Amino acid sequence: MERWVYPVAGLRPEDVEQGQVCTTRTPLHGEYAWDAGVAVGRFLAELKAGRLIGRRCRACGRVMIPPRMFCEQCFRPTDEWVPLADTGTVMTFSVCTISWDMRRLEVPEVPAVIAIDGASPGMGIMHKLGEVGQTMEEILNRVRIGMRVQAVWKPAGEREGAITDIRYFRPLEQ
Amino acid sequence: MAGRRVAIVGAGMTKFVRRALETGQELAWEAASKALESCEMTLDQIDAVVLGTAPDAFDGVHMKVEYLSPGAGAWGKPTIRGFVGGGTGVFAAIQGWYHIASGMFDTVLVVCEEKMSSCHPHPQAAFNYIFDSTLERPLGPNLLWIFALEMNAYMTKYGLTKRDVAMVAVKNKRNAADHPAAQLGDPNITVEDVLNSEVLAWPVQRLDVSPTSDGAVALVMAAEHIARRVTHQPVWVEGVGWSLDTQYWTNRDLSYPTYVEEAARKAYAMAGIKEPRKEIHIVEPYDPFDYKELHHLEGLLLADRGKAAELVALGIANRDGDLPVTPSGGLLGVGNPISAAGLMKVAELFWQLRGEAGKRQVPGRPRRGLAQAWGDLMQVGTVIILGV
Repeated sequence: MERWVYPVAGLRPEDVEQGQVCTTRTPLHGEYAWDAGVAVGRFLAELKAGRLIGRRCRACGRVMIPPRMFCEQCFRPTDEWVPLADTGTVMTFSVCTISWDMRRLEVPEVPAVIAIDGASPGMGIMHKLGEVGQTMEEILNRVRIGMRVQAVWKPAGEREGAITDIRYFRPLEQ
Repeated sequence: MAGRRVAIVGAGMTKFVRRALETGQELAWEAASKALESCEMTLDQIDAVVLGTAPDAFDGVHMKVEYLSPGAGAWGKPTIRGFVGGGTGVFAAIQGWYHIASGMFDTVLVVCEEKMSSCHPHPQAAFNYIFDSTLERPLGPNLLWIFALEMNAYMTKYGLTKRDVAMVAVKNKRNAADHPAAQLGDPNITVEDVLNSEVLAWPVQRLDVSPTSDGAVALVMAAEHIARRVTHQPVWVEGVGWSLDTQYWTNRDLSYPTYVEEAARKAYAMAGIKEPRKEIHIVEPYDPFDYKELHHLEGLLLADRGKAAELVALGIANRDGDLPVTPSGGLLGVGNPISAAGLMKVAELFWQLRGEAGKRQVPGRPRRGLAQAWGDLMQVGTVIILGV
């Protein structure tokens, strides 16, 4: 089997950093403006008003968040908007100490999937948790899967119709 | 079994490294020419080419398969790109199978190449675009988040410890020490090393994760009448399956990979396998993170839910155990040039089932193996079963 392996030597990081090999840099310039679409467009408008909203499919009975105009399970249009609470349950979380380019964060971030009250069981969104501590140890002592949380909204005047109109979710109980 | 019988008759690959001097085209050429050489075939005997490669964004080259094609032997041939994220490597072999099983072609060259090192400052940048543009990206996510979220959901549901999971990283990095193409093989690594490595996104630590890599792997596949002329040891494709879960990943139960089970059930049915735990002799599940190997063993129905860690703890998953798991060393040990890593797992089965795996050889003349890959937004399962 060894005969059929080509022995790539591999460059060391220093070879690139110290200019031992020729490199060219071509940054990609592309900016995108995404359309929110029908379902998420309405969802964003509701966020600006300080509310979470889902969509019900009468065929399977699911109340879905993020909302969609079609049910991917029944493959038919969804039927109606359903107001949801701004409380929910932590389904899972992480304590992230690095940025996407592997730089250290001074205060860890706590991304989580939060099942929203009023939607079908297990229907969650991704967001962050806050008011749960500043260090890994504090956060791991404070946060549990199954923990009840509530959205902390930006003041009405600062909201812009974005998912970040919710600053984070904080624990409901002590 | 659907369609004509199809065999793998040759395999070749490059060493996996963090940063190769070679271009993507050159890596594809080295793997493709080695695969052809291994079965004493030439390019003019190849009817069609299947090329697998993951996001264009790694290379900053749009339409990457067209760019790679000269090195992959695709000039003047019917060529197709398969792309299902991390699931691509196994899916490319499945595409090779149906090109031939359908009767359309007799011989196919399957090439998977990835060069992640071109992307600066870190290839993670390419992964930031998998998140929903409106509802997730404004939160500043990175790829580790979704793995950490899934790993925590899985560990918490079954009460698994970090130690239970770290044993997978140790097993695979030790296995990789015997692989001539390995980037991160380490015969002396211990569970303590993994548990003491830097925390990236709890519960994910540095040694729980596979590296970023450059590399390429190629296979030659052939219809039965050709395969029997080319080699006295064809390795047959006995079953294939693939399945996709919903894009709404925050609506799923992250503790169980339903899509892997769906793919596995299709492949088992096609191969006539009723009791996979007895009938599969080697398994190469996708292991970009240590917990993923456990998660996938459960999805493949090779372990009860929450119990895959016991296979590792009891040594059953060792190379000389009853169900050797990732004898190659996997993504954690050999390396993770995304699509090429998946195809490396298929190549490992080819070498193992022919008794050509050298120091990695699983004892007891294994006759049937399964390789699985996984990808997109934690939602695709691709499975292939090979036998002799």
